[in-house]
Amino acid sequence: MNDKIEIKERLRLLTVIREEALLRQRDIYPREEKVDTWPNLLVKELIALLIFTIVLVVWSLVQDAPLEELANPGLTPKEAKAPWYFVGLQELLVYFDPWIAGVVFPTIILVGLALIPYLDPDPIKGVGRYAIGKRKFATFCFIFGFTMWFALVAVGQYFRGPGWNFYLPWESWDSPKEVEVALTNFPLVAGIAFLACYYILGLGIPAVTFQNFFWRLGLIRYHITMILLMTMMLVPVKILLRQVFHIRYIVQTPWFNI
Amino acid sequence: MNIFIQMWRSLFRTGVTDSPVHRVFRVVVNFSLHLHPARVSKNGIKTTYTFCLGGLNVLFFVMTAITGGLLMIYYTPDVDKAYANMLDLENVIPFGTFLRNLHRVSAHAMVIAVSLHMLRVFLTASYKSPREFNWVIGVGLLLMTFLLSFTGYLLPWDQLSYWAVTVGTTMAENTPIVGAKGPFSVLGPEEDMRFILLGGTSIDQPTLIRFYFAHCVGLPGALVGLMALHFWRVRKAGGISRPL
Ligand code: HEM
Repeated sequence: MNDKIEIKERLRLLTVIREEALLRQRDIYPREEKVDTWPNLLVKELIALLIFTIVLVVWSLVQDAPLEELANPGLTPKEAKAPWYFVGLQELLVYFDPWIAGVVFPTIILVGLALIPYLDPDPIKGVGRYAIGKRKFATFCFIFGFTMWFALVAVGQYFRGPGWNFYLPWESWDSPKEVEVALTNFPLVAGIAFLACYYILGLGIPAVTFQNFFWRLGLIRYHITMILLMTMMLVPVKILLRQVFHIRYIVQTPWFNI
Repeated sequence: MNIFIQMWRSLFRTGVTDSPVHRVFRVVVNFSLHLHPARVSKNGIKTTYTFCLGGLNVLFFVMTAITGGLLMIYYTPDVDKAYANMLDLENVIPFGTFLRNLHRVSAHAMVIAVSLHMLRVFLTASYKSPREFNWVIGVGLLLMTFLLSFTGYLLPWDQLSYWAVTVGTTMAENTPIVGAKGPFSVLGPEEDMRFILLGGTSIDQPTLIRFYFAHCVGLPGALVGLMALHFWRVRKAGGISRPL
């Protein structure tokens, strides 16, 4: 084969523009060493493809997809569980009414996630590397939520039996669980006061203590960020209130309960 | 020309000569590789940077799409037939069980990989400008992935699927305002969110056909569309993020 490049198509070159010139002004671009996609990236992709195809095949050889009896609306099974990735939300039903656990929280999670890039006030810190120490607050918030989601999934999946009672994974589901301890509610006024204080102090104290942080985010970012954070923290707070202080609702009204 | 060389050249439009220009050329003129830039930043292709997670999502999706297509051949979205179809897959159709397993396993893998991919993008601060909106598209992909898994859960029409979907759709009933049992509800049980979702007041034939459409056409279509946008955005942002 000759050494000249064989170009079978006729190509017409109009102009050559440096990549950087096409990028918007405000985007910050590093000048960085580049390597050829072929073979550097493509070989890695091929290897990953092969390895994980094998993983999938082996996994499906050793584990059979479950198939139970024909669907029967008249026969409620001992335990009705959502698919595992939604079991965390189902676990939240212990602590919150369905409109919160099943509707409000998922909505807040999705909206909150989508807002992350707009709430983070720093345009460059930590980009392109695992520099967690440089973004302590951001990382804390994200990891906390991420871990909580999967912790709730684990509890719901492995520690809940009939009637959504708590069972250790090796405990037999036949041993009946004692009826739950009596739960109380906050009186209405106290409950509203509790929630109001929770949010006012949760937003107020950091604003005063960490004034740099407050001004860096600005009014709007700060409030959205902190409301999202405090709402996320409502989950552990509510778990604590229920498990330790046997409180069912913070606010109970004829229309809704929190 | 030797017939084999002719065949080879008809398949791969560039020769096998190796030089920097050839390497670039090979990617640029190849249809299945043109998603990639010809040259990539060194940082972006480190295995310990992306852990291949975005690419693995593609693999898992393609795997569910292929096995899903094959499963569609044996499946009828009819409450009187669906379960029997599953039994046939298990007992009669060659490799039917394997096909089902592979579909399920790939779907699980995708839910896991999409979560981890989001984690890696967060930890490397790759959502920052100019990639903000690609993160938002990513959140859409995350939602589509979960919804795909969830709608697929109903299709076997066994006790497991029926009651899992019961749990899920009870939530819709409790939506504030537009759910019949939610706070401040204004709609009755025959016009609320759950009714729209199920196509009735209980999980039945209308539900199955709705979930079937969403699972096999609507959601995969949306996912593919979002993925195309996602990849285009990665390219337009100048490739994978790297230290500034
Ligand atoms: C079906 C789901 C998804 C697919 C197939 C997918 C695919 C990819 C691929 C192939 C890349 C290139 C870099 C890499 O491999 O890491 C990428 C980058 C990216 N993804 Fe995804 N992704 C998905 C979901 C998500 C989600 C859930 C998010 C975030 C919420 C997200 C946000 C991003 C961002 C911001 C980048 C740019 C990262 C960078 O430049 O370093 N993606 N995605």
